[in-house]
Amino acid sequence: MKTDALIAMLAADAAPVPRQAAARRLSLALGLAVPLSLALLLVGYGVRRDWADAVQLPMFWLKLLFPLCIALAAGVILQRLARPGVRIGRAWPLLLCLPVALIWALAAAVWMPAAAPERATMLWGISWRICAASILLMAAPVFVAAMVALRSLAPTRPALAGAAAGALAGGVGAAVYAMHCMELAAPFLAVWYVSGIAATALIGAVLGPRLLRW
Amino acid sequence: MKRTTSGSPQHLHDAEAALHDLFVRGQAGDAVAYRAFLVQLGAHLRGFLGRRLFGWPDEVEDLVQECLIAMHNQRHTYQSDQPLTAWVHAIARYKMIDLLRAKGSREALHIPLDDELEVFADSATEASDARRDLSGLLDTLPDRHRLPIVHVKLEGLSIAEAAEKTGMSESAVKVGIHRGLKALMQKIKDAR
Repeated sequence: MKTDALIAMLAADAAPVPRQAAARRLSLALGLAVPLSLALLLVGYGVRRDWADAVQLPMFWLKLLFPLCIALAAGVILQRLARPGVRIGRAWPLLLCLPVALIWALAAAVWMPAAAPERATMLWGISWRICAASILLMAAPVFVAAMVALRSLAPTRPALAGAAAGALAGGVGAAVYAMHCMELAAPFLAVWYVSGIAATALIGAVLGPRLLRW
Repeated sequence: MKRTTSGSPQHLHDAEAALHDLFVRGQAGDAVAYRAFLVQLGAHLRGFLGRRLFGWPDEVEDLVQECLIAMHNQRHTYQSDQPLTAWVHAIARYKMIDLLRAKGSREALHIPLDDELEVFADSATEASDARRDLSGLLDTLPDRHRLPIVHVKLEGLSIAEAAEKTGMSESAVKVGIHRGLKALMQKIKDAR
């Protein structure tokens, strides 16, 4: 086929195009998947029983907010990666790392003065075995939805886009799981929450080049 | 091949502005502007890719066609506040790397990221023949996709005429064309 014929073919398909398609499709994906993650939490885990007391604790809010900040930054980066030729910029990757740096700083601050037995409690808590895996589980609906949305968009850097989708999903998953989790020690969050989110991002980076070709 | 090259900043700026205007009108549904956009875009792509794929002159026209289909299918990812140069360059580069990787070429590793301004610097209007048999690929599509494309695109019928001829509704013809072009891209990918 001649290129002219191809162009005539494409031009006949010139229907009006929706605006802000990337942001809208990703928002739609989140809108569908976050309730699913919450449902997964309520059915499979339940909200922590002492939630009325927990909401008084600053640590509870920190545990909820630091993954949400990661998710927010990852979401903005993802929306840019989904569109060819849009630069990520420096600010959002820094903002993505900031919550992690803060939680690590806080963890170091309580870790340093603590004695050995306390340290063990701070690090392992009572639920380290299930923490990262549970975050992955809560992240799964968001991750799948974000990847499906990405497949209708045009990421030219699929590994990075997959990682951003993973960080977004991991951040949301960790915030959802935080409503169940009883742990409040900063070192626990710094290790297990961050691991859960990092694992999701890593899975995204590995799957990205396989699933996001276009 | 008739080819013009002008990399002066003013020339590039004008090319960007003219193409941007046509593309934005095309995205609003103006088929005439969109067609003019695609013709000029094709010429720029031919020049840009021709210069970079000098080792594979036979592949140039195939890649021009593939880029045009990809840009058409992904045009919803362009926002009018973004430089068109950057968007076109990112897609052309992505498709070029894809091709070179498929050929097992190490050159894919050396395609510069920062030559995006040059995407509108060259223009080559004379197409060589494409090697890939797009018509053949088109024949492998199911009728509901293939017939609207054949009637509307290749025989130049209007949507209404094609609807009458195929017995499909007008919206089914439009959807058929739209989905068919996506399916065609998939076939190109799979054939590689």
